Amino acid sequence: MLKIGVLALQGAVREHIRQIEELGCRAISVKSAEDLKELNGLVLPGGESTTMRKLLDRYELLEPIRALAAGGVPMFGTCAGLILLATEIVGYDTPHLGVMDVVVERNSFGRQVDSFEVEMSISGVGEDIPAVFIRAPHIVAAGENVEVLAKHEERIVLARDGQFLGCSFHPELTEDLRIMKYFIEMVREHTNVLVH
Amino acid sequence: MKLVGTERVKRGMAEMQKGGVIMDVINAEQAKIAEAAGAVAVMALERVPSDIRAAGGVARMADPRIMEEVMNAVTIPVMAKARIGHIVEARVLEAMGVDYIDESEVLTPADEEYHLLKSDYTVPFVCGCRDLGEAARRIGEGASMLRTKGEPGTGNIVEAVRHIRKVNAQVRRVVGMNTDELMTEAKNLGAPFELLLEIKKLGRLPVVNFAAGGVATPADAALMMELGADGVFVGSGIFKSENPEKFARAIVAATTNYRDYKLIAEISKELGTPMKGIEISALDAKDRMQERGW
Repeated sequence: MLKIGVLALQGAVREHIRQIEELGCRAISVKSAEDLKELNGLVLPGGESTTMRKLLDRYELLEPIRALAAGGVPMFGTCAGLILLATEIVGYDTPHLGVMDVVVERNSFGRQVDSFEVEMSISGVGEDIPAVFIRAPHIVAAGENVEVLAKHEERIVLARDGQFLGCSFHPELTEDLRIMKYFIEMVREHTNVLVH
Repeated sequence: MKLVGTERVKRGMAEMQKGGVIMDVINAEQAKIAEAAGAVAVMALERVPSDIRAAGGVARMADPRIMEEVMNAVTIPVMAKARIGHIVEARVLEAMGVDYIDESEVLTPADEEYHLLKSDYTVPFVCGCRDLGEAARRIGEGASMLRTKGEPGTGNIVEAVRHIRKVNAQVRRVVGMNTDELMTEAKNLGAPFELLLEIKKLGRLPVVNFAAGGVATPADAALMMELGADGVFVGSGIFKSENPEKFARAIVAATTNYRDYKLIAEISKELGTPMKGIEISALDAKDRMQERGW
């Protein structure tokens, strides 16, 4: 059974765990470097990115997660998780994990009163996928190897850079499992490559 | 079609705060300290609850300038308090773009009979509760997040413990009941029947429930997490302590790792004197903020 970790420092952890389990995989709450062992994939959930960064530092998780990324393990970031993955954040000198070749801007759709939900068609994933945007970031620029999977109001909101999947919105707040399923397929492909 | 202010968008915002600490601040400088310490949001106020208690008189929505100052100072969400039932204070806060409104018993109620119809607003609301009936009534009115009331501004955790235990015991009871028993339970609790059905189906409250009202030490914060809170509000505790920066960081660490007792011991060292607490029985009934609202 595939083991998929969910960074469990703060935020929408249980929602991701529910989706992972519903898709027949084992979900692991990641609170320390020890929990990263033998993971086939890692989800970085929504929450407050500034808070998560502080906690990543305090629990010395930044380098172990970077090492996991360097080993090719697929990672999926939603909202704050996308901000953690990005190599550049508008208005900040340094990134957090800095592994996914995108530039992101925080809170780029406005404050909470501007938060919204919408249905989107996503190439390679499906039609009418509910997308919940909460004080959401967006991808301002993507590297040449990044595949843009979805846009909203001309802004990139879902993209894949090889092993990394980054999303502005929160698929975990809905019952729709298709985006998580897409990620789990990425994990399966990677794991199969390792086995063969 | 793009929809704003839906239940999912409003409740979702609170889901993102889970496992975090929301701190009361009265100016930009405190807000920055809170953000740097790892707070998931700040509550912008004119006075923290212990000062409201000390000052007496009518406590109202803060000066909008304070909210504005705090909103400009930090990138984490900013919450603000409106008086119970004060439609216009709530609308003003919404118009200013605060991220969350606390319809709060810490302020003097504007309406002793009716709470706000929170489902009418685009901005999400958090409300206080002491038991499941009160929690369910607030959710019924459209609250997207709950917090136990505790007894604000006392630095005494006993009421917060009472309230979170009560709510969670009542939730467990509902979950264990047969469906044909729920209407009677709804009547007894004064709770909407449909909500009890939903609680039974989910096995928990349909919204996030934080603890509030009396958290004064890292161990208090961890205790609330142990008792099943989704996160913690700290009001007077932080900026009434001797070393707010250190204290704020310690509260955040204790909340995240609430079962790591060695860590809690480590971060609790030499924190200085916490705020002076108040014994609840020393408070007159009229001074108990938790009795405000129903």
